Amino acid sequence: MTRPTPETLAHRANPATVAAAANQAPAVASPVPTTGAGALVRSLEALGVEVVFGIPGGAILPAYDPLFDSKVRHILVRHEQGAGHAATGYAQATGRVGVCIATSGPGATNLVTPIADAYMDSVPIVAITGQVARPAIGTDAFQEADIQGITLPITKHNFLVQTPEEVPRILAEAFHLAATGRPGPVLVDIPKDVLQAQTAFTWPPTLDLPGYRPTLHPHGKQIREAARLIAAAKRPVLYVGGGVLKAGATDGLRKLAEMTGIPVVTTLMALGAFPDSHPQHLGMPGMHGTVPAVYALQKADLLITLGARFDDRVTGKLDSFAPDAKVVHADIDPAEIGKNRHADVPIVGDARHVIDELIAAVSAAAEGAGQYEPWWATLNELRERYPLGYEEPTDGTLAPQYVIERIGELVGPDAIYVAGVGQHQMWASQFIRYEKPATWLNSGGAGTMGYAVPAAMGAKVGKPETPVWAIDGDGCFQMTNQELATCALEGIPVKIAVINNGNLGMVRQWQTLFYEGRYSNTELGTHKHRIPDFVKLAEALGCIGLRCESKDDVDKIIKQAMEINDAPVVIDFTVGKDAMVWPMVPAGTSNDEIMFARDVRPAFEEDDL
Amino acid sequence: MNKHTLSVLVENKPGVLARVSGLFSRRSFNIDSLAVGETENPDVSRITIVVNADSSPLEQVTKQLNKLVNVLKIVELDPHQSVQRELLLVKVRADRVQRSQVLETVELFRAKVIDVAPDTLTIEATGNPDKLDALLRDLEPYGIKEMVQSGLVAIGRGSRSITTGPALRAA
Repeated sequence: MTRPTPETLAHRANPATVAAAANQAPAVASPVPTTGAGALVRSLEALGVEVVFGIPGGAILPAYDPLFDSKVRHILVRHEQGAGHAATGYAQATGRVGVCIATSGPGATNLVTPIADAYMDSVPIVAITGQVARPAIGTDAFQEADIQGITLPITKHNFLVQTPEEVPRILAEAFHLAATGRPGPVLVDIPKDVLQAQTAFTWPPTLDLPGYRPTLHPHGKQIREAARLIAAAKRPVLYVGGGVLKAGATDGLRKLAEMTGIPVVTTLMALGAFPDSHPQHLGMPGMHGTVPAVYALQKADLLITLGARFDDRVTGKLDSFAPDAKVVHADIDPAEIGKNRHADVPIVGDARHVIDELIAAVSAAAEGAGQYEPWWATLNELRERYPLGYEEPTDGTLAPQYVIERIGELVGPDAIYVAGVGQHQMWASQFIRYEKPATWLNSGGAGTMGYAVPAAMGAKVGKPETPVWAIDGDGCFQMTNQELATCALEGIPVKIAVINNGNLGMVRQWQTLFYEGRYSNTELGTHKHRIPDFVKLAEALGCIGLRCESKDDVDKIIKQAMEINDAPVVIDFTVGKDAMVWPMVPAGTSNDEIMFARDVRPAFEEDDL
Repeated sequence: MNKHTLSVLVENKPGVLARVSGLFSRRSFNIDSLAVGETENPDVSRITIVVNADSSPLEQVTKQLNKLVNVLKIVELDPHQSVQRELLLVKVRADRVQRSQVLETVELFRAKVIDVAPDTLTIEATGNPDKLDALLRDLEPYGIKEMVQSGLVAIGRGSRSITTGPALRAA
């Protein structure tokens, strides 16, 4: 097997130097003659783009010619979905805008899932698609798809470029829209003849977005009102969502939490926003949240909601969610406020500004912070009584939770962990301790199986010095593992831990609990028939394949994988199929119905305050 | 549920109407009527939308509309503080015998006859939806062969204007 050597990889641009150069993009005042495609690539350079993920094809082909000579690194993926999730992983790991490129028609429609995924999780990506030439639009031409129409409901905004002169302005607008306010995906569709036509490139362009004015600074009156409620509350909770990470507000959050002594819960999208090891952290709320986190929200008299959106996976049955709580709801998107739950104090603003001003207001308030000792006594008792845990399987199989726990322990809190969707994702959220921002990437809102491998690839490209571990399932892994070929050839040494239980585990868990164990179409055969054999598959894709089947080997094999840095590594952790994710609030029921384990409900009633 | 009239100022660009109407259907709102046209500023179009909604879902759809990058401004027009008009064209059966009675109705509603055929009259009428409903009720007995109605357009009373303001780019 041949793998790229450091020498063969040396021609590729060093991301750090490219970024440094691009940040000082010089103005191009006197027009430079070029094509629409040339203007596109020059705009990407001027915007500081260091890497794009894509696949060429007929309509986008003119763009690939100037790209060939550009300092922008292009990573040739194997499927456009991989390009989209890689852009997302890159954006989530670095905080910069991720970029993916595809051709018209099927190339563009293959981006639909990652665009929808980025929309649900508010990730700043820009998707650039080729379109058939302007005269052919609307004629059902070869590889024509109305990608602007298709992505209307799943983009923050999208553009169909009409002339080559517009290219720099639209690119600049797309990046501005993607990265500011509530971040999100923006698509730029460019007809082939626009890419080919002659134009003159100048930089910087003037943005023309008269209808786009995100509110960053919160209203002082609302902040004071929130501070007043905080002082008066007896059972407050800081309900923290992904917006806090996106705003870079984690230091402020810690300060606010410590000065007030209020308990903190972090949603699936916010893991790492507040250290898991912090004594005030109750864990994750929601369907598979910790008992103390779920209970704290249910019994709270005040929710201080920061960059979270009362998602159904957090609230359970909405009308029984946190029935006694007043709600302070801060979000940069006014449409989130009052959407699912009435806000007593609505605050529109960027989480960083909101938190900074809350800190100032709470310090200034005569009352200071409230007294929460009885509240903490109850919560601490629950923490003691209902810790996260799992039972060792009695059938001699390997416990998936153990594998994930050991990865987190050995690899440590500086690494980036990327999960697919399902049981392994929930265990990765529960049994790895996240201490720092941007160390946990996953598909939260959309729940996109197949997210992990390409997102890990994108994260590793953005943070080449950081170990990146994907925790994937055997179902998810089979959806996008072809990007391991990209990783092997492009020198992107990610680690993929396949938690292989031979089944679509989360679906199987629901069948166990809600369909009398009728396992309709959830058995994948990766155990019974070893099809595919993940070790052989890894090798075929240019990766190192390892297998672990017993508890005694877990540490040894994780360490073995950690030592390999010149190739991607896939580990097939063959685990038992009967492990379930606990605690659980069954879908559509009240959070009060949380089950600590099968048929075990915490005795909340006695704890009522 | 109540009827609400929204005036939505948008950038006059291709596809904006699809963004607005798509948002309504996606968020499960029924549009009673919709009318769109240019304003005094050719860069700005005005969409008048009548929706049937309770106030809290209406607030949600207004916020979602505001998030559309091409939407410049949204104003709800109070029916008592605004003038609201629809245009109706209706083809009514009217032979020699009935014609004078139909013309009397036309007169009564300050409508206009815009086309005549031996057995029909085509009538144009503008007004608020209540007036046009009343006209149609009166014409119904003669036999309505065909009718077409515009969406409602509305404008605030008084000298204030919603199209001027810091929200809009200078023309």
